[in-house]
Amino acid sequence: MTTDLISSLETIVGSRFVSGAAEERYLYSMDQGTMPPSEPDAVVLPATTDQVRQIVLLANERKVPVVPMGAGLVLSGLTRALRGGIIVDMKRMNRIIEVNPASRYAVVEGGASQGMLKAYLQKHHPELKHSMPDAPPVATVAGNVCIHGSGHLSVLGGSHSDMLTGMEVVLPSGEIVRTGSCGVSGQWFSRSPLPDLSGLFLGWAGTTGIITRLGIKLFPNYRHNDVLIFVAEDADLMPEMISRLTSVQAAEDMTPWMTPKPDWARGFLHINIAYGAHTKKELTFKRNLLQSSVREYIDRKIAGFLPLPPPQKGRFLKIPSPDLARFADLRRGGGFEYVGAIMAIEHFPKAYRAGLAIAEKHGVAYSLGARIIGAGHCMMFFFAYAFNRADPEDVKRASDALEATNTAALEIGGIPWKAELPAQKQIIEKMDPDTFGLMGRIRSVLDPNHIMNPGNWEK
Amino acid sequence: MEHEEILHRCFRCGYCKLPGNYVDINCPAYLAFGFETYAPAGRMWLLRAWLDQKIEAGQRFAEIMFSCTACGNCVEQCAFPEFRDRLLLAFTAGKEALLEAGIVPPEVRDYLTRIQTHGNAYGKPVKKSAEWALGLDIDPFSDQEYAFFVDDAGAFNPRGQEIARSVALLLKKAGISLGVLQDPLVTDGNDVKAMGETALFEDLAEKNIQVFQARNIRKIITLSPHSFNTLKNDYPAVGGQYQVFHYTQALAFAMKRLAFSAYLPEAVVAFHDPCYLGLHNADYGSARMVLQAVPGIRLTEMDRNRKNALCCGGGGGNFFTDILSGGEDTPARARIREAAAAGAQILAVACPLCAIMLEDAVKAENLDNTLRVQELSEIVTERIDFQAP
Repeated sequence: MTTDLISSLETIVGSRFVSGAAEERYLYSMDQGTMPPSEPDAVVLPATTDQVRQIVLLANERKVPVVPMGAGLVLSGLTRALRGGIIVDMKRMNRIIEVNPASRYAVVEGGASQGMLKAYLQKHHPELKHSMPDAPPVATVAGNVCIHGSGHLSVLGGSHSDMLTGMEVVLPSGEIVRTGSCGVSGQWFSRSPLPDLSGLFLGWAGTTGIITRLGIKLFPNYRHNDVLIFVAEDADLMPEMISRLTSVQAAEDMTPWMTPKPDWARGFLHINIAYGAHTKKELTFKRNLLQSSVREYIDRKIAGFLPLPPPQKGRFLKIPSPDLARFADLRRGGGFEYVGAIMAIEHFPKAYRAGLAIAEKHGVAYSLGARIIGAGHCMMFFFAYAFNRADPEDVKRASDALEATNTAALEIGGIPWKAELPAQKQIIEKMDPDTFGLMGRIRSVLDPNHIMNPGNWEK
Repeated sequence: MEHEEILHRCFRCGYCKLPGNYVDINCPAYLAFGFETYAPAGRMWLLRAWLDQKIEAGQRFAEIMFSCTACGNCVEQCAFPEFRDRLLLAFTAGKEALLEAGIVPPEVRDYLTRIQTHGNAYGKPVKKSAEWALGLDIDPFSDQEYAFFVDDAGAFNPRGQEIARSVALLLKKAGISLGVLQDPLVTDGNDVKAMGETALFEDLAEKNIQVFQARNIRKIITLSPHSFNTLKNDYPAVGGQYQVFHYTQALAFAMKRLAFSAYLPEAVVAFHDPCYLGLHNADYGSARMVLQAVPGIRLTEMDRNRKNALCCGGGGGNFFTDILSGGEDTPARARIREAAAAGAQILAVACPLCAIMLEDAVKAENLDNTLRVQELSEIVTERIDFQAP
């Protein structure tokens, strides 16, 4: 069966780009997180939308599972082939198709990386930028949009899925659909005013289709950029501080963080506030706005702005920052996973305390933080744990801590983001049954043979 | 396996796949094949799995490991300080372990066998290693300041021989005192070492060192950046300590001695940084100094240049084993497309292996009518005014 499947896949993409070898099956069976491995039967690298379509048709004919994969950096095991089948690695489809500077959008292929888009814009449209996640630059634009990611323009533009302007998707049936304006006009400027079908593919963990192209919003790339770090000690004040800082609508990005290392940071709550401007005068104006918004706390001497020497500012302004990847080496063991929970801002204090308690209980190296999404509309609060992959006990500790964190996040009122399998089941338990029922019916309509990333979003 | 204690520390973040400006994939093997297994992180995880007996090593495993061109992009771009310094060492150790286990791609086995048997990758008698210079107006080495070392590509490959002759004559024209070694020389061993055949490398190095010592050689100019790298960095540990220069370094400071024709058309030239001059030895200036000294040459840069340069795909022995060949996204073909996109009329190279790889690629890309791959000394020589005093 597998030999026959591989032979059929070779007919579609060429023998160089199909593998059923033990090496690929092993490496693609897992990601960097704590989820146990699950091997695919084959890995395939399509180069065109039509090849993706043919792969899906083949899978449908054979009733073989299909798992779409971007850079494989989700950390929560969403691109594991839970029931075998074909992993469709999208990275050969990495072209930047179009940039529309007047309407500020870019159209990219499903495997285009964040880094490539950033480089392309820097070279061809230096006046524009897109919102980069904190993921390494090989992360794909499509993958991050699909998981409702966020990034360094999320205060300005919301989640990355909010910045989506349209998609080309290969359905499980092999049909190719276009959501948003591109489905009607050929341009990719907006998801409105049509029925918003893009939602059928956002947050579904690849269970409803394979994105082959997408449009995303671009934003002005400022000539002058700066970062402020606001420091407080009382977690209970954080929601109000965030509310005030976002109320002046000057920041592009706002990321609270709390870590025990370096020593000077322990016990303090920091908020990095990134902002930019076309002129120095405008930058000063925005800085004044931000500082004035929290003046009361400074006057009361319960919070303040951290003086930052220019080299350190440069480090905080580096996008993407390799410092985040380096967290994985905290335990000298190459392992790193986190629960990112989307939740209301007012739950910040509870989330913070829960994170500290879980880290202490499980004895794990932690980093806590959040990214504010929109003008204080919600946040992605993350509880990150580093572990040593070579030490099974350390992996178990991190895994237990993650599970406890998912439970705590749900109890607080948050929702685990890009949830790994156990967390998906926890979410489903709390989800309104009719809503979950609708999810099932939608999947049945789109994917009657249940081939798309099966095992995810199931009871 | 040496360095095995670092394998599990790789997070697979993927910085190693890219250049520092993120413009495209910059790991040659990963670019050519696309599977995660062929990226540096994939190799790290596979080696760990093999050592942990979670996976058996077979021919594909060996092909993955030996597809590494040892270009050093991963070392340059890895996000983890200190750890990254050991990346290539770990890959070399992995290859060494595979060699010991007898799990080797046939192309690698044949390459190493030829070198073991003949002392060079071409299977030629080493006594003919100076024949490339027959009839050339360059003296045999006696008491000149520099010995010119051309390695087996310069000695036996027809295109390499052309380049060796061109470089030797230009160095002489620039007033550099050099001579050609008439003694039987074996290959430098650089790529043998990168393949993990440490014992064979040491044997090769010792043989060459014996020749150098017998001739009382102190200063060497190399044709190949590969030779420059290993003679400079590896031979001292085997007992051979020399002042080693790549020919671009010798030329860079002698250019003012050359007179150039005044009426040559302007040419837009991009320089392809060879890995063993650039990434391994941080010389990004010499070749550009040479080109900038030539009237009528306008230097342009490809998106991936200097520390971000893309390997031609010929490093780590791949020039001979050809493991990366066969697709549209071979590094050499990608490099040609990049040069064309940069508006270059000439892609300048300073390594015989790069020259041959890229000359093949420009034909494969059907760009040979608009883009010329040219070795640096040939570019300079074309513009010299030989009538000038």
